[in-house]
Amino acid sequence: MSGSDRDPLSVGSDLLQGEDLEDDLLADWTVGNIVSTLVPLLIALSILQMVSGTVLETFEDQLLENPSLLVIVPVMIGTAGNLGSIMCSRLSTQLHLGTLEFSPANPDIRANIGAVFGLAATVFVLLGIASWGIGRALGGTLGLGTLLFVTIVSGMLLAVWVVVVSTLSVYGSYKLGYDPDDTTIPVVTNVCDITGVLILFAVVWIVL
Amino acid sequence: MIGHDSAADVYRQALPVILVSLVAGLFAGTLLGTETMREGIESVPGILLLLPAFLATRGGVYGSLGARLSSGLHQGLVDPHFEWNDRLRNAIVASFLNGLIVSVFIAVLAWGILLALGRGGSLIELVIILFVAALLSAFAMLGVLLTVIFKGYRRGLDPDNVIGPVVTTVGDVFGVAFLLVGIAVAGVIL
Repeated sequence: MSGSDRDPLSVGSDLLQGEDLEDDLLADWTVGNIVSTLVPLLIALSILQMVSGTVLETFEDQLLENPSLLVIVPVMIGTAGNLGSIMCSRLSTQLHLGTLEFSPANPDIRANIGAVFGLAATVFVLLGIASWGIGRALGGTLGLGTLLFVTIVSGMLLAVWVVVVSTLSVYGSYKLGYDPDDTTIPVVTNVCDITGVLILFAVVWIVL
Repeated sequence: MIGHDSAADVYRQALPVILVSLVAGLFAGTLLGTETMREGIESVPGILLLLPAFLATRGGVYGSLGARLSSGLHQGLVDPHFEWNDRLRNAIVASFLNGLIVSVFIAVLAWGILLALGRGGSLIELVIILFVAALLSAFAMLGVLLTVIFKGYRRGLDPDNVIGPVVTTVGDVFGVAFLLVGIAVAGVIL
C-alpha cells in the first residue's frame, strides 16, 4: 500500500482505472503523498505571487497613507481571479460541448464577454463607493471621485485583460491538445490575480 | 443549454459568487486598513511583500483539503460524520504540514527579496509571524471547513458547491487577522 511507486502528479486525476483503483485511492490519502503533491505547487505559486507582493511593498507609503487603497487590494485580487475562472470555465465547457468557435461573431463568446464586462462594472462601482466610505471611517482623505476613477478604470482594463488572456489560453491549450480544465484554469486564475494588482497600481501611479 | 446563454443569463448566474467575494474582500481590506494593522505593516518590513503569497497559500491548502474531503465523502472513503479515522487524520495532518512548510518558505523568500531590494528585514521576525499566522489559521480554517462539510453533507448540500465560497470568504479574513496576531507575538518574543 505504499505510494512510492506512483507518479505524484497523477494524484487527483480521474484517469484511475481497473484493479489499481483501490490501491490508488488509499495511497492518495497518505500524509507523504498529499504533502509531496501540494507543497511544490504552492511554492511555485508563492514565488509567482511575490510579483504582486513586490508591487505592494513598493507602494507601501501610499497604501499606509490612504487606507482606501488597502481596502481595494484584496477585492481586486479576488475579483480578478474570479472573472478569469468564470471566463475560462465557460469557454472550456463550450469547447467540450463542441459549441465553441473562436470568432468575435460567435454569440457564445459575445455573451461571455458581455457578462465579464457587466460583472466587472458592477463590482468596481460598488468597490469605489465602499472603499471611499470605509477609507473615510479609517481616517483616509481620498475623495469619492478619485476612488471611483481608480476602481472603474482599473476594473475595466482588468476585464479586457481577462477576456484576452482567457480566450488565448483556452484556444492555446485546445490547439496543443490539452484539456483546458486541468491546467489552464488554475494558471489563468493566478495570472489574473497578479496582473490585477499590477493594473491597479499602474492606475494609482498615474492618478496619485 | 449552457452553451447558448445570453450575457444577461451568465451575469445573473455569476453575480452571487462575485458579490460574496466582494464582501469578503472588503472585510479583509477593512482589517488591513485599520490603524493597528497599518502600524504593524509600518513596523515590520516585508508584510505587504508576503501578503499575496500568504493569502494565496491559504486558498490552495484549504481549497484542496476541502476538495479532497468532498471527493472522499462522495466515494465513501470518509464517513459523513466526524470520526477520527486514518484517512481523515492524514488529510488534516497533511494540510497542517502544507500550510506550515509553505508559510515558512514564504517568510524566507520575502526576506531574500527584501535583501535584494536593499530594504533589510529580520528573518527570524518574519518566520515567527508567518508560523504563528499559519498555525492559528490552520485551527480556524479546519474548524470552519470540517463543520461546513460534515453538517452540510448530512443536510444534503454538495460540499463541492460550498467549499469554494467558504474558503474564499473566511480564508482572507482569518489570514489578515492572524498575521496581525503574529506581528504582536513576534513583538513580544523579540
